[in-house]
Amino acid sequence: MTKEVSLEHVWVEFGEFTAVHKANLNIAGGEFFSFLGPSGCGKTTLLRCISGFQEPTRGKVKIGGQDMRGVGPNKRPTALIFQNLALFPLRSIADNIAFPLEVRGVDKKTRRKRADELLELIALPGQGDKKVSELSGGQKQRVAIARALAVEPDILLLDEPLSALDLKLRQHMRTELRAIQKQVGLTFIYITHDQGEALTMSDRIAVMNKGKIEQIGDGKAIYDHPTTSFVASFVGENNVLEATVLSNDGKAMQVDAGLGTPFTVENHPAGGPALAPGDACHLFVRPEALRLSKDESAINQFSTNFVTEEFEGNMRHIVMNANGKDLKLSLINDGTNAIDANAPVKLDFAPEMGIALKPGELASA
Amino acid sequence: MKMKSPTALIPGLYLTLFFAYLFGPLIIMVITAFNSSTFPRVSPWECFTTDWFGKLASDDKLLSGLGNSLLIGVGVVCVAIPIGLAAAITLSQVGPKLRAALYTIFIAPILVPGVVIGLSTLIFWDRIGTLFNAPYESFFYDGTFLTIFGQVTFIAAYSMLVFLSRIQRFDTTLTEAALDMGATPTQAFVKVLLPFMAPAIGSATVLAFLASLENYNTTVFTIVSSSTFTTVLSSKVRYGLDPSISAVAVIIIAITLIGAIIYECRNRYHTKGWAHVIAERPALKIATHPGTIAAILGVLTLAAVLFIQNHDSSVCTAQILEEKRALQQKLMEEQSLNTQEQTVPAPTMPNLGPVGGDEGGASAPSPFGSNIFSPENLGTSAPDGQ
Repeated sequence: MTKEVSLEHVWVEFGEFTAVHKANLNIAGGEFFSFLGPSGCGKTTLLRCISGFQEPTRGKVKIGGQDMRGVGPNKRPTALIFQNLALFPLRSIADNIAFPLEVRGVDKKTRRKRADELLELIALPGQGDKKVSELSGGQKQRVAIARALAVEPDILLLDEPLSALDLKLRQHMRTELRAIQKQVGLTFIYITHDQGEALTMSDRIAVMNKGKIEQIGDGKAIYDHPTTSFVASFVGENNVLEATVLSNDGKAMQVDAGLGTPFTVENHPAGGPALAPGDACHLFVRPEALRLSKDESAINQFSTNFVTEEFEGNMRHIVMNANGKDLKLSLINDGTNAIDANAPVKLDFAPEMGIALKPGELASA
Repeated sequence: MKMKSPTALIPGLYLTLFFAYLFGPLIIMVITAFNSSTFPRVSPWECFTTDWFGKLASDDKLLSGLGNSLLIGVGVVCVAIPIGLAAAITLSQVGPKLRAALYTIFIAPILVPGVVIGLSTLIFWDRIGTLFNAPYESFFYDGTFLTIFGQVTFIAAYSMLVFLSRIQRFDTTLTEAALDMGATPTQAFVKVLLPFMAPAIGSATVLAFLASLENYNTTVFTIVSSSTFTTVLSSKVRYGLDPSISAVAVIIIAITLIGAIIYECRNRYHTKGWAHVIAERPALKIATHPGTIAAILGVLTLAAVLFIQNHDSSVCTAQILEEKRALQQKLMEEQSLNTQEQTVPAPTMPNLGPVGGDEGGASAPSPFGSNIFSPENLGTSAPDGQ
């Protein structure tokens, strides 16, 4: 059984400090939903509101349509997987997994049976009698998930559970988490500051900054059509240019970024608020959207000089300088993209790949 | 062979002195327990005897004091450990400002002199008793009750310190995890925090029990008309010592040593290196098992007890007594001889002997001989007595 979660105008204040600023969203049953944001953006506080460790100052948290105010964490149909996993070090693996059953008074034999089933699910069969310290990082991770699943919660909350793992394992666990979610069909609410995790696993993502939800959407929408400067600069790499809007006909606009001819940028229906002529704006162009001009008449063309190059094997990450402004450029290493380091190089980008947004706070690199 | 430089000897010398300082008194105490001299001393050595243990075993006052001490110790542990644990948990959960203030309050009883605690406990419960018009037989005036409460005030603070150092390493998310998985706060406490605190509870219990057992300055006030082991010992010191006190020391040292040896063996037995060594040597495995060691020590203790019970030193002590008597006899004879010699050559000399000296004279068989206080005798009798 899965239940939806809705946050209705949730505020959390600690004295003067506002940790969560009017969060308002619905998470459907069975969805894999992520909160993405830099550390200190309030995402963990929001998660604690859902799990019941924190009462919102104002607003409501509803689970399955039921107001959760005054319901303690031990009475909510949620299970939280902590950042440090919080496995009980003095208990065996099986006792850890069966803990939620133990506190509900389930007898020993049934507990053991259920623990063995779950060990089967997380691909650690027959390891129930080991100590927690005898497991590797990834195995502990899976034990924590098994423990959370032991009493079949309706909602599984995960607080950056992969941050302590090394890169290889993290990538492996992403796939595994997604597979487990598909298998058990629960609502997963996932907290992370790692955009890669959020983009690869989630059905939908909420990007947060300073307690505010900046944008909610699926991975593609967040990456391709950010609605605020923060989202554009936080999710993925982006080049930012200060620019001024010259004209806007509703379909596309002309912006002057001080790099010679004005650029043409398409408006997107899901994009940010409309810009009027004369408005200042941030123009975002992703490194992979910039390309070497093949012909002189290309649209959105400008001249740059080579600064430095980082070679990554399949990709080449190049820094070019355009009128005193450094721009990042990512090219596929297929042998066709030679750059003359000593002569001006012409770059361009497609009008639909440029994003003009109202100037706002940028994510610090 | 290369000569060691003198400075290289300093650490060794220092260590020797240090250990001599540390263990010297204990060793001497143990030796005195087996000397038949009625005052605890090593020299002159008279007879090897185990009678003092027998004397100790028949000393009802000391034994009932020991019983009281054990009862109070158990009571103190039962009250102080929960209070100390609660204080440590509180300190670990409040904000930094409140924590500093609370810490000072909790720790204050350690800084207050024990005498003050003893006296104030006595006065406080007396006031309360008066308030309720309680009869003098009620627990407000009961030594055991008052001593438990008096000692708990500072022993709870000691045990809190032990708990604090452990609880600081506790990961509070474990409690949250337990709550999140449906445990009630009580279950979270019993199933998560308490097992984590178990080692600290163990050591705090031992510490609290020993602190209670050896406490004197608070107890001496709060025990009122009853007595504990320490108050009986101190009154013994005041009203005349005999080596049965050394016998007590021997028993305490033996118990400590046996406990320490078993504990250390247990620790070494469970090290990884030793587990490796005994993996293929079953005989060694059994021989070095702490249980085996405990059994051996138990047998040795039993043997020692049997030896102490059956050892008979009466022949030797009788001989010593006889020697002493003979010596006394000889001294007395010499004494009387001296006095006769003195009276013959100087009959006109005025006898300045003090009280009774002039009357008793040579005839009175004082154990010190007559005229011992006489100034004339000072010079002569001493060299003769040698």
